[in-house]
This record gives sequence, C-alpha cells and structure tokens, in this order.
Amino acid sequence: MQCPKCHAPMHTYNRNGVQIEQCSGCRGIFLDYGELEALTRLESQWSQPAPPPPGAPQAYPAAPAPAWGAPHGGHGGHYGGHGGHHRHKSFGHMLFSS
Amino acid sequence: MTTTPLLSELTARAKARAHPRTDTCPCTAATLADRPDATVVRHADTVAKAHAPGTPLGDLVPRLATATRLPGILLAPLSPAPVDLTPHARLVTFWPYGTPVDPDTPEAAPWEAAATLLARLHRTPAPTPLPPMRGPAKAARAVTRLTATGRTHPATSPVLKAWAALPAWARDEAPMPDDSTLCHGDLHLGQLVRHPAPDGPWLLIDVDDLGTGVPSWDLARPAAWYACGLLPPDEWTRFLTAYRAAGGPAVPADGDPWPALDIPARALTVQTAARAVAKAVVEGRPLDEVEVSMIDACARMTSLPPELSTGCAK
Repeated sequence: MQCPKCHAPMHTYNRNGVQIEQCSGCRGIFLDYGELEALTRLESQWSQPAPPPPGAPQAYPAAPAPAWGAPHGGHGGHYGGHGGHHRHKSFGHMLFSS
Repeated sequence: MTTTPLLSELTARAKARAHPRTDTCPCTAATLADRPDATVVRHADTVAKAHAPGTPLGDLVPRLATATRLPGILLAPLSPAPVDLTPHARLVTFWPYGTPVDPDTPEAAPWEAAATLLARLHRTPAPTPLPPMRGPAKAARAVTRLTATGRTHPATSPVLKAWAALPAWARDEAPMPDDSTLCHGDLHLGQLVRHPAPDGPWLLIDVDDLGTGVPSWDLARPAAWYACGLLPPDEWTRFLTAYRAAGGPAVPADGDPWPALDIPARALTVQTAARAVAKAVVEGRPLDEVEVSMIDACARMTSLPPELSTGCAK
C-alpha cells in the first residue's frame, strides 16, 4: 500500500505477532483496527512477566527492546555477528568510538 | 600522520618517562590517537596522553585520584598530578600500557568484563568529590556541532527532533537526577585494556568523562546499538546479564530494563547519529547503512515520548 502522507510504498513488518505497515519514505506507521490495542497488551505483558513455562530454559530468552528500536525483530540480523558473519565495517568502528 | 609540535613533544615526554636514565633505547614508539580532543602516544610500557584543550586542572585531578584509588576497576595513572605542557596549553598524564580490545575481532569483545567493571564502579562510593559525569555534555556538544555543520542535510531534522524530545538533564540543560553514583561517562570497547599487558585482568581507562551521575548512561551505548539492530541480541544479553549478576544498580535486578535505559539510550543514539551526519557532511559522502539505522531510530523516537523513568533504578 501507499503512505497516505508522502505516498511512498509501505512495507509490512511483524512486530511480536502484530502486522505493522511502515512507510519506506517518511517512516510513518499504519496500524489496522485493534493492532494498537494488541501492542499495548503485549507491552503490559513485558512489564509483568509471566512465570517461565516448565521445561528446559532457553539459553537466551527474547530480550526486550524499546519501541523506537529497529523494526521486525531483526536486531543484529542485518549488520550483526550472527553465525560468524562479519560485522559491518562501520559498526566495527562505532564500537570503539566516543 | 602529520607530526605536529604537540605530538613531537608528547613523544619525547613519553620516552623520557619510560627511560629516565638513558638517552637511547631500542623501543619503538607509537601514536595511539591524534584527535583534536586527545593525543595519545605509547613508548614501550608507558603511555602519555595530552588531554583536550581547555581541560580544567580542578576537574582532572579528582578524576585521576579516583583512578588511583580504585585498582581492579580503573587503570591507575603513573603519577597523581598532570604535567602542564605549557607551550601547547595541554595537560599531560602518564599511564602504564595495557592491551586494548582488538579492533579486528570485536566479536571477541569482553562484554562480561565490561559489565562487571561498570557494576563495581557504580556500586563504589566516589572516593573524592567529583564533577558530574560528562555524558550529557558530550551528547549536547555533538548536537551543537551538527547544527553548525549539517543544517541543510536531510537527516539533521529527525536527529534534532529526537534531541528536543529528551528531558533537560539528558541535554545537559539541568542537573542529572542522580548526583551521587560514580559513572565512567564514555563507555565503548576502546575504553578497556588488559593490565599488565598482554593478559592481565580487564580494566576501564579514560577518566576524562568520569564523574557522578545517572549510571544507566554507561549501559546506554550498547543498549542503543542493540536497539538499532546493530549489536546482536545475544551479545546485549550477555552484557546486561553480567551487569545484573554483579549487582549493578543502573537497572532493576530483573524484568524490563528499558524504563531505566530509555532516555540515555535515546541520547546516545542521537549523539551517534549527530556525529555521523556532521562527519558525512564534512567528508562530502553519503551515510552508510549503519549510520542510516541510527537516524531511522531517531525518526521513530519522535512519535514515541520517552519513558517516564528518570533513568535510575534506585
């Protein structure tokens, strides 16, 4: 779909199971009916975590991130060091800079 | 690298400090950094640092005293008082050489050691009265530079808007809500060395921004990298878990750490984005994808007001 504000194409992201359309131009976000409520519900679950389910614990449970963070849960996936990929050179420099 | 009069004199001073009784030596000297705000040279096991022009002696001395009195957390200087390099109007300090994190293998970054050192620093009462930690002041300076150099760049507007949405203390326009916790003030992977070299324990270096303030600022650079999708979640989790395991007070012991991290992480994202845009303008080059990810995060911040926490878990 097209952004109602700047008319650039909008891309769909899945954030914690909620489909979000984000504009590739102005970065505006479109939510369908009920999606804001779904996000709010997820947020309140973060602040009141349920007891962990029985069974083997995960090595790294999903870490919370701020709402302004990178979309579609792709933390580290683009530029990061998953699975021995090389880090982006620019990020390698950023790690050592004030 | 161009040799400036300051660099030549600093090199000579480092050599004199390393070998007080000999005129010649087989050692090779190296320039570790030569930036407007710091020139650092190494000679054998001695490092000499010329601090930023205008560094107040009255601020640097208690910061050096703190490093001297916190062995096991901060690298201690070789002597407690800076030398005034008069013709250059620069204060110079001398340090033992420590082995830094290898910039070519940042995936071997000692996240646990960094987090544990920060937790211990934050739990330690300031051993001497200190000026405020300079994190917010550094962020404000980066934004000031952006407004001077990047006024016409399209990425400047979202960065400035995200900055304007931050509370006054994070913009260095009001005192921080915590004025007692000891903080490093400029944590990144270049601020860790092993001493004694090459495989002694990790220690924090660089006391220029050390002071009292909001301790979550020291966690906020890795937090910002993680939030912007640059630092993989497992590395962020290792860092945060080690900080909590060491009893660090900047975030609650469990649950969501973001109410405490949100404002400093926003501020450091803005600072990094501001530096990136200003640099790209000066160098006449486009932003790379990593820099764009920081600016995109700034744009998203504007629609989401900062979390209500002051950034302190205490």
